Amino acid sequence: MDKTKKQEQTSTHKIGIYLWIWGLLFVLSFFSYMVDWYQFQGMLRWSLILFFMFLKAGLIMAFFMHLYWERYALVNVLLWPMTAIACFIFLMVAEFEYTVFTRFFYFVVGG
Amino acid sequence: MSDLKIEGYEFKPGFKGMAKDTGSDQTMFKGVHWGKAMMWIFLLSDTFIFSCFLISYMKGRGSTIIDWPNPSEVFGLHVFGVDVPLLLIAIMTFVLITSSGTMALAVKYGYEKNKKMCGWLILATAIGGLTFVGMQAFEWGKLIHEGVRPWENPFGAPQFGSFFFMITGFHGTHVSIGVIFLFIYAYKTFAGHYDEGKRGWFTTMKGDYVEIEILGLYWHFVDLVWVFIFAFFYLW
Repeated sequence: MDKTKKQEQTSTHKIGIYLWIWGLLFVLSFFSYMVDWYQFQGMLRWSLILFFMFLKAGLIMAFFMHLYWERYALVNVLLWPMTAIACFIFLMVAEFEYTVFTRFFYFVVGG
Repeated sequence: MSDLKIEGYEFKPGFKGMAKDTGSDQTMFKGVHWGKAMMWIFLLSDTFIFSCFLISYMKGRGSTIIDWPNPSEVFGLHVFGVDVPLLLIAIMTFVLITSSGTMALAVKYGYEKNKKMCGWLILATAIGGLTFVGMQAFEWGKLIHEGVRPWENPFGAPQFGSFFFMITGFHGTHVSIGVIFLFIYAYKTFAGHYDEGKRGWFTTMKGDYVEIEILGLYWHFVDLVWVFIFAFFYLW
């Protein structure tokens, strides 16, 4: 009896936490829509977009997908591969900058 | 969160638990349902697929010297005589977040063995997903009608169409598959398959409410991907 009670405590969380996260996601989505609504431009726009995006993604992963309560082994298995994606992004940024440079160069100078 | 106790194994939190997990005998995630571990592995691989799409989109958009179409205008709607930027996309985002919230609650009620609440919430999630796919179909129809093709469009850089159809199409496919499974799982919940431990397909393992959590992981992932698509494709 005692064992089953312990089991239940570990497997469910209070409904309040889900409702809070749910509400926060709505608010953050509304804010990121407002970024477009008010037509912020340049660095302000990009940093706001990224800020709200990572906050939303973090909330979904941590609480809706239970990663916050999950064992560290799983969390690490999931999050470390993301560094490979980050590397790939940096590589491709260098690549597109080179591509756009050559395109400008040859379209303007003509080879 | 299904850390079922197995004989002789005690789960430890934190880095101690991690060391024990990675150094453990025979299997790594002891006590975790195999389906849940496999779903996480699948989601990890899916993350790489969507990352490749978004990175290729970044590269395509960054390397074109023709102006990129302004998504705020392209995806704007004309409602009641006013042009509202990104209106449909904003509604789609809210619908998907709503369905993600109902799914999270469904998982919670599933673990509490509350069959009715769990079933209704899964059904609500499915309807939310269906609404999302419907609006996406409307959006595709609108853009195709306006002459957007994978190889050309009237707004600017021709790559726009191919990235748009590829990324949102792949995401929409995920949502559609999710909706199908949500309906099936809603039926299975109402029919009490998880209470009785009835077997599912292709498996000899008994049904359990942990399956709801596995489905929930997939659904939240679909929402997660949309967060990134919304930021990079529609807002950027």
